[in-house]
Amino acid sequence: MIDQHIEIVFNRKINHGTFLMGLRSPQIAFESRPGQFVMMRVDEGIDPLLRRPFSICGVCDEDIICVLYKTVGHGTEILTGKKAGDKLSVMGPLGQGFILPGNNEKAILVAGGIGAAPLYFLAGTIKNNPIEFMMGFGSSKDIIPPEHITKQPVSVSIATDDGSEGYSGMVTGRLNEYLDMHIHEKDALAIYACGPLPMLKKTASIASDRNITCQVSLEAMMACGLGACQGCAIKILSQDNLTPYRHVCKDGPVFPSRVIDWSNI
Amino acid sequence: MNNKPDLRVKLGPLELKNPVMTASGTFGYGREFESFVNPDLLGGIVVKGLSLKPIAGNPPPRIAETPAGMLNAIGLANIGIDEFIDKKLPWLKTLHTNVVVNIYGHSIDEYEGLAKAFKGVEGVSALEVNISCPNVEMGGMVFGKDPAVSARITEKVVKNTDKPVIVKLTPNVADIRLMARAVEESGAAIISLINTLTGMAIDIERRRPKLANISGGLSGPAIKPVALYQVWQVVNAVKIPVIGIGGIMDYRDALEFLIAGARAIQVGTANFVNPRATLEIIEGLRGYCLEKGIDNINDIIGSLKKISYKTFKGERIWT
Repeated sequence: MIDQHIEIVFNRKINHGTFLMGLRSPQIAFESRPGQFVMMRVDEGIDPLLRRPFSICGVCDEDIICVLYKTVGHGTEILTGKKAGDKLSVMGPLGQGFILPGNNEKAILVAGGIGAAPLYFLAGTIKNNPIEFMMGFGSSKDIIPPEHITKQPVSVSIATDDGSEGYSGMVTGRLNEYLDMHIHEKDALAIYACGPLPMLKKTASIASDRNITCQVSLEAMMACGLGACQGCAIKILSQDNLTPYRHVCKDGPVFPSRVIDWSNI
Repeated sequence: MNNKPDLRVKLGPLELKNPVMTASGTFGYGREFESFVNPDLLGGIVVKGLSLKPIAGNPPPRIAETPAGMLNAIGLANIGIDEFIDKKLPWLKTLHTNVVVNIYGHSIDEYEGLAKAFKGVEGVSALEVNISCPNVEMGGMVFGKDPAVSARITEKVVKNTDKPVIVKLTPNVADIRLMARAVEESGAAIISLINTLTGMAIDIERRRPKLANISGGLSGPAIKPVALYQVWQVVNAVKIPVIGIGGIMDYRDALEFLIAGARAIQVGTANFVNPRATLEIIEGLRGYCLEKGIDNINDIIGSLKKISYKTFKGERIWT
């Protein structure tokens, strides 16, 4: 893990509010694993003050890390104005990533919106297991098409909340449907999910009802990204209640869904 | 090898190789920053505030960003002294720097217990007594807002420890000099200030506080002018050494506090933004001294020039 001033290779608009940024760092690229993240300073000034966490969306040409971001506020707005050749302070890779599927396990990747980012990286890393990759978006205009993200062929099924493309409804509905259809398959399953909290909560409950292992990648407000500030606490199911929190930056961002106290987050 | 400029400072019984320390709660237990900072290069490390028993902390969200600052309501989450002494201190002991343990109690008796727990414990250079955390219901800050209670806590800790006692003050008071004098008279060796300023932020879409705790402590560059003024006030109100804290991001900020009379400084929120902030500040101080031909950093400390006025045709003129 390092903190470097690194060069932006590209900063590409994917759809109306989503951008893909490539940054050159052989060291971060080499160390990165799916599910890990970087802390980026969008500017060298003091407003915004804090770094922002971004999931690593993939590594290309061995020395470029990609991050996918959505314009949601002042910080990401500044990022959209950055050009190839500009430099940013990037610290990473940070956190615990996904545990890859075991032998003969089928990986089911469930993404909600921008939550697709770490799952693209995961899909590109899994070599020997079958993958079912499903993504949910609000509407067809929000879709983050795989061909814009990665050179590798990735097959995904799309769900849109308004039914404008693909499965009509939430991606968790699509997940349920898929599991119903494939219930008699012999493959062991492993679910990987990233997206908004309600979607993760629903995915965790589906996994738990069907007794399928599930890993979720969580998001939280963070200051340091190193486990020092303890700002990104998340409630877990604990026996003793003396240690009811884990930290998204260091213990996560990926957690087994069964350890999270979903009723209290 | 030329060892000029000399950056060593002395805070009563505490000797620092340079005036730059980390602020409690922003540097974990030291090891979190191992990839970026060799702690041996620092004047000292102040570890995350410790209580007798572990504290889980407040529910999330615990932090919110504000213009040039951040609010936090961590709630003094910590592992408790037993685990600290068992798991964290052995590594800290191997360092060649001052390790300062920040302590926090829910009652005067707990402060006494904490002081006793570190009596004779090797590897701990000093205790920093937190009577100023704004984020816990029992209210460390309630202690820190009352000069008589602040004095009693200080007395208890001083009486039960063999280590220099630093008392960390809250800025959320009408006149911080009263607190400073109270803890000085009660035997504090050093005063550190400021802790965070109590504040709040609201999510206008959801019409909810941004922090689950409603209020939190404001830190970062936004609070620096307030911190600097209070440090200057305290420097001029007491005889014991003062450590300046509050929004220090770079060596220029650090210099302002030193010129105002702080004998050392602590770097807090800046560690989150730039994990090497402390080391860059030390280098910056060295560079400033070299550039100005200053051989000893102590020549800067308290060097703020007196302002005088003269009256010219009935108007007051700053000379």
